[in-house]
Amino acid sequence: AGDAFCRDCFRAFYVHKFRAVLGKNRLIFPGEKVLLAWSGGPSSSSMVWQVLEGLSQDSAKRLRFVPGVVYVDEGAACGRSREDRAKTLTDVRQILQTLGFPWPIVTLEEVFALPPSVLRCSAQDPVGTMGTYKVAVDSFLQQQRTLAAEGLRGSPSSAQGEEQPSQPCTQDSQDPVGPPPAAQTEALSQLFNSVKTLTAKEELLQTLRTHLILHVARTHGYSKVMTGDSCTRLAIKLMTCLALGRGAFLAWDTGFSDERHGDVVVVRPMREHTLKEVAFYNRLFAVPSVFTPAVDTKASEKASIHRLMEGFLLRLQAQFPSTVSTVYRTSEKLVKAPRDGCAAGPRCLLCMCSLDVDSADSATAFGAQTQDFSQTPPPTPRAKA
Amino acid sequence: QSRLGFCRSSPGCLSLALLCRGGAELLFDGVKKHQVTLPGQEEPWVIRDLLVWIKKNLLKERPELFIQGDSVRPGILVLINDADWELLGELDYQLQDQDSILFISTLHGG
Repeated sequence: AGDAFCRDCFRAFYVHKFRAVLGKNRLIFPGEKVLLAWSGGPSSSSMVWQVLEGLSQDSAKRLRFVPGVVYVDEGAACGRSREDRAKTLTDVRQILQTLGFPWPIVTLEEVFALPPSVLRCSAQDPVGTMGTYKVAVDSFLQQQRTLAAEGLRGSPSSAQGEEQPSQPCTQDSQDPVGPPPAAQTEALSQLFNSVKTLTAKEELLQTLRTHLILHVARTHGYSKVMTGDSCTRLAIKLMTCLALGRGAFLAWDTGFSDERHGDVVVVRPMREHTLKEVAFYNRLFAVPSVFTPAVDTKASEKASIHRLMEGFLLRLQAQFPSTVSTVYRTSEKLVKAPRDGCAAGPRCLLCMCSLDVDSADSATAFGAQTQDFSQTPPPTPRAKA
Repeated sequence: QSRLGFCRSSPGCLSLALLCRGGAELLFDGVKKHQVTLPGQEEPWVIRDLLVWIKKNLLKERPELFIQGDSVRPGILVLINDADWELLGELDYQLQDQDSILFISTLHGG
């Protein structure tokens, strides 16, 4: 970024960015249940930490939503042994227990148990407009004042319903009783081994993980999922998705909010923080994280499209420090195609985006010739990518 | 600054703490902290020299994942006594006895 910060200013800057991204987008309503997707890695750990700190501030600035944290054990996809996975889980549990939110831990093997309903886009609640948001906040504050006046205020979180973030939530932890059945682990292992390229493995892992997390969100009543994607990661993701042929969906893949699933919206509050800022913050303020090897650990630079893009962007960034932010700013300009509701058009089973097909075949010479422009309505505008 | 415990083996030698985080430790057999002693030499030790030394003496595997050219691979942060090395001259920073050099890999996701 080119600016030097002292420790305290850096902290203020970092926290301010997090709150500003949430405040600017106004998508998270007071009292809403938000599931934090925590991988143990630095970005999502930082995100969880910001939420934790944000919840404990004085009431004027306090974050007002109700969080839970989900951790997915992906050891089977990476070929980790049972012992290694158990050891990581011990570290994970230690951290989760201190948070005071509900913390389901799920294993990737549970994808085999997902109902087919995860592949269906559910009816979408209308996204709140500015007016609705303001009304919701006002009524929430009014509710709090009433409770205070009636002397019913116990812990500051009592207005948030049954969730009590200040209490340890071991009963709500939903920890699986034991390690997953070996047959499932084996099946998952085989699935990933049968995928020939690292690129495809990474995409598969991402897809399965997303479905699993969304399922957890739905079954526990969470309407939002927060992921820790940083600015750097999203810039890399944008270029990678282009290379993978996902140009039409960049706005959903890299934007602040991703509503493709209908009832659960994925938001990315860390999108203005670079990986460098995250690493410094975590180091200076001792944010706990758990390092877990992944499918691409120690992969060479040319092992997958993801790795290639990462190497390309980071190397460019080293010489031209505005590279990442330029790519990021471009991603902010992407427009989502107007949604006609979930019924319109078939969707991809894997990524749940509307299929990017042009049924009128207007791009080919044949299609253009046979089109009768006086009769057909103008084509619906596509996402500008 | 007072330095507790100094290098005794030879004049001009440096005692440093090298730390690895964020996945970088995987390239060092999982060892997160190395206490090293660099021998005295004609020219003062700078980070550039240290990297060469690390590659030769500490890196257990896949040097290209840690070092590229004469610097660290892009994506690996270097902190000297908890300050960004960019503020201290990067490769040209002159090492001092008892310095703590931290390498954080940001390449590992999360």
